Amino acid sequence: MFGDYSLGDLGSIFVMQGFAGLILFSVYVLMALGLAIIFGQMGVINMAHGEFMILGAYVTWMTSNVFQSYLPGLFSGYFFLAMILAFVASGALGMLVEWVLIRHLYKRPLDTLLATWGLSLMLQQAYRSVFGAREVGVELPQWMLGSLHVTDSIEVPINGVFVMCLTVLITLSVAYVMYMSRWGRQVRAVVQNRIMAGAVGINTEKVDRYTFGLGCGIAGIAGSAFTMIGSTGPTSGQLYIVDTFLVVVFGGAASLLGTIASAFSISQTQSTLEFFMSGSMAKVLTLLAVVGILMLRPQGLFALKVRK
Amino acid sequence: MIINSRFFNRSELIGFIVLAAVLFVILPLSLDVFRLNLVAKYLTYAFVALGLVLCWGYGGILSLGQGVFFGLGGYCMAMFLKLEASSVENTKIQSTPGIPDFMDWNQITSLPLFWQPFHSLTFTILAIILVPGLFALIIGTAMFKRRVGGTYFAIITQAVAAILTILIVGQQGYTGGINGMTDLRTLKGWDIRPDHAKVILYFVEVVLLFACIGIAQFIRLTKLGRILVAMREQEDRVRFSGYSVANFKIFAFCMAAVFAAIGGAMFALNVGFMSPSFVGIVPSIEMVIYTAVGGRMSIFGAIWGAILVNFAKTSLSESFPQLWLFGLGALFIAVVLAFPNGLSGLWADYVQPRIDRLFASRKRKPGWNDNSVADGAPAE
Repeated sequence: MFGDYSLGDLGSIFVMQGFAGLILFSVYVLMALGLAIIFGQMGVINMAHGEFMILGAYVTWMTSNVFQSYLPGLFSGYFFLAMILAFVASGALGMLVEWVLIRHLYKRPLDTLLATWGLSLMLQQAYRSVFGAREVGVELPQWMLGSLHVTDSIEVPINGVFVMCLTVLITLSVAYVMYMSRWGRQVRAVVQNRIMAGAVGINTEKVDRYTFGLGCGIAGIAGSAFTMIGSTGPTSGQLYIVDTFLVVVFGGAASLLGTIASAFSISQTQSTLEFFMSGSMAKVLTLLAVVGILMLRPQGLFALKVRK
Repeated sequence: MIINSRFFNRSELIGFIVLAAVLFVILPLSLDVFRLNLVAKYLTYAFVALGLVLCWGYGGILSLGQGVFFGLGGYCMAMFLKLEASSVENTKIQSTPGIPDFMDWNQITSLPLFWQPFHSLTFTILAIILVPGLFALIIGTAMFKRRVGGTYFAIITQAVAAILTILIVGQQGYTGGINGMTDLRTLKGWDIRPDHAKVILYFVEVVLLFACIGIAQFIRLTKLGRILVAMREQEDRVRFSGYSVANFKIFAFCMAAVFAAIGGAMFALNVGFMSPSFVGIVPSIEMVIYTAVGGRMSIFGAIWGAILVNFAKTSLSESFPQLWLFGLGALFIAVVLAFPNGLSGLWADYVQPRIDRLFASRKRKPGWNDNSVADGAPAE
């Protein structure tokens, strides 16, 4: 297997595959962050999470088209506005969905799964009717094209680096909001003991709505970042939803650090294996390993010690 | 609470007679062979729905991987049929005669070892039952013994469905890939494709379905069924009473898997092919929806759910392909939000009282309310 390559080549291969894995890692982390908030904190299984992500991607695509037609001079900076719009659009839809659907189902977590699956089917069809069945891709601004030459044999694409920086930034802000801010404390209080949280004066319904909205909004940002590295179609979200759930469960549902660690290990395993075998077998082996480990350790990598 | 000594109570007996009349008499007499074959296809999902009633409705275990077992059963059957269709005479134009065509296209020159036993029909029938059963046993033991349940179990079964689909699609040379196993022809020399064979297969399937209904009803009526319900409502209390909760869950999950596998095998026979598009996450969740629409607590309801949702799917997606997904999505949400017990719940709430009143007015004084005490309500 290794015979045909020199040691230097092998090193470069591992670095390049590792970098490809890092991009996958970014997508996983961005999607899983929202899901970790919704599933890990609220216990709601949101099967439509992928569709919230795709909404963000479509918003980004529309913004880029608007900038191209009307504001070509500002095109290089459109992405930052698009990201904010994606967050707002997905977050608003998320809050609406929470109000119409989810708030009736907090006591029946398995039923949220079915209801949100229905929602995801409707959203997919809506995207297909509005944007067409074909995949769309955004045009990247000039500064994001090209790649950085690290050494002779190692090149890293700039858009990948950008998505990674974005991931780090968003992860840090989510960690800040959840663990440092007053609002994050309220969210965690509601999760740990809803009745007591209500008794000390927290408006639990409002906290629920904003938490769900925040999770969906982060999914929107994930979709926005996703357009930088791939094209968007009505069913693209569904491709990632199972992987993302596995990432969250594998990390230990309530732990942000666990989510990041599991996203890292899953994406790195997969992209390293992909070099040695076909993509499908790499994925099968990775998922099998995850399921196998979960069977031995159902609480995930980082388990929160709480008394139930 | 009085345990019913009869196998069916009155309303179940009515349900049984209506279903038997529709499936054995009305549909075969009123539909042409093409439509009857479609009904046969819908009924394969009824097997899965029946299993889900036991495992989800009664046991409270939501499995999103029933497509895995449906697929395993279907692939076992399809492998046998494919081998019979790939006899040396039929495949003499291939570079290696006597192996299935997709293997030849993928430069495989001899039959893989795990295909060999599928030359035997006895082995195949055993495999249809045992392979999914054992697989469910392994998953169930690993999960339930560690007290993993609820949403985690649902997600893990879903992941298993994803893995199996990717595996089948990826290993094209051994499984036929994304196209699946097509061009299935004969069963022990008996051609399964002409019209009269389709009719016979339909009746075989209905008989099997009623056998499975009998088994499910038997499980429901015995102490086992009562423990399943008790477990769903108050798992800890059952555990503290000295029952091994995990073993009962494993049993329910395995039964559901075996029912699904029988459905899958009948699918391969009736429809004439098997492909990974019946294995993955989307079909698995659709199977759950058939059960939910029909009523997760009702054996007959789930079967009607499978038939009606599939019928709606065929007719709507023929005429309004865009509306279908909206309709299906709305159906999911409506079932969960508005009527969680599905069609059978609606029946029990609105139609059943009228029928009861009709019977009651003959026997007793009119105005007697037969329904005031729900018979499922546990006394705390």
